[in-house]
Amino acid sequence: MIAPAIEELPLDSEHDVVSVRQTVRTAMSEMGFGLVDRTKMVTAASELARNIMDYADCGGVVRVEQLSEGLRVGLRLTFVDEGPGIADVDLALTDGYSSGDGLGLGLSGARRLVNEFDIVSSPGRGTTVTVTRWR
Amino acid sequence: MERIPILRLGDCLLVSIQVDMHDRLAMALQDDLTAKVVESRARGVLVDISAIDMVDSFIGRMLGTIAAMTRALGAETVVVGMQPAVAITLVELGLTLSTVQTSLDIDSGIELLQELIAADSVGADRDRAGD
Repeated sequence: MIAPAIEELPLDSEHDVVSVRQTVRTAMSEMGFGLVDRTKMVTAASELARNIMDYADCGGVVRVEQLSEGLRVGLRLTFVDEGPGIADVDLALTDGYSSGDGLGLGLSGARRLVNEFDIVSSPGRGTTVTVTRWR
Repeated sequence: MERIPILRLGDCLLVSIQVDMHDRLAMALQDDLTAKVVESRARGVLVDISAIDMVDSFIGRMLGTIAAMTRALGAETVVVGMQPAVAITLVELGLTLSTVQTSLDIDSGIELLQELIAADSVGADRDRAGD
């Protein structure tokens, strides 16, 4: 049984993106996730953390939670920013659509790499993206 | 600033990415490599990614840009050593790296690079003959 652990990391610079990847990598190894699961979650975390760097001027935070539900364990990441928000979430989740100069795979790709994906956003009030991967 | 070393190997350049790159480091590599291709008149570039455990859309785009830039400068790029878990994740992410030549390991990568360079030379000779 893994003790519930919650950690909050800042997302203010590109070095923070690397730290988030490292934290997710370590947490998942400790929780016994396999290599492919780990790689997928680290990649999803990298995409979502970079989105905050690229779109939210004042940065944000990510909450890292180790979950335990009956026999299964999971890792949940909650990315929170108070940036400009997303006017059309469905459009932002479309492959290849980018309001910036990216490839437009960040949000849609991250969604495919996790088991649960949730996004809450409104213009002017920021964005919260929650992703979970279960073992 | 921290830099990824670029080694010279005959008429090729060899880059082995050994660290978890932050974005500015990846951009610096792109710039350094382009400058080095021109400076050394290299015909090929081998990028070894066997030590990296994650390729996200940013790094994927960097690999594509390196391939396109070196091609514009008359050199070929081959990316080698992608870990299976990284390949699985890339495809699910939606990145196909369709514009990047890849090979399993350094040995087969160098072989492929030599073939590509030889094909370039034949093409160039044919162009000259046609003038």
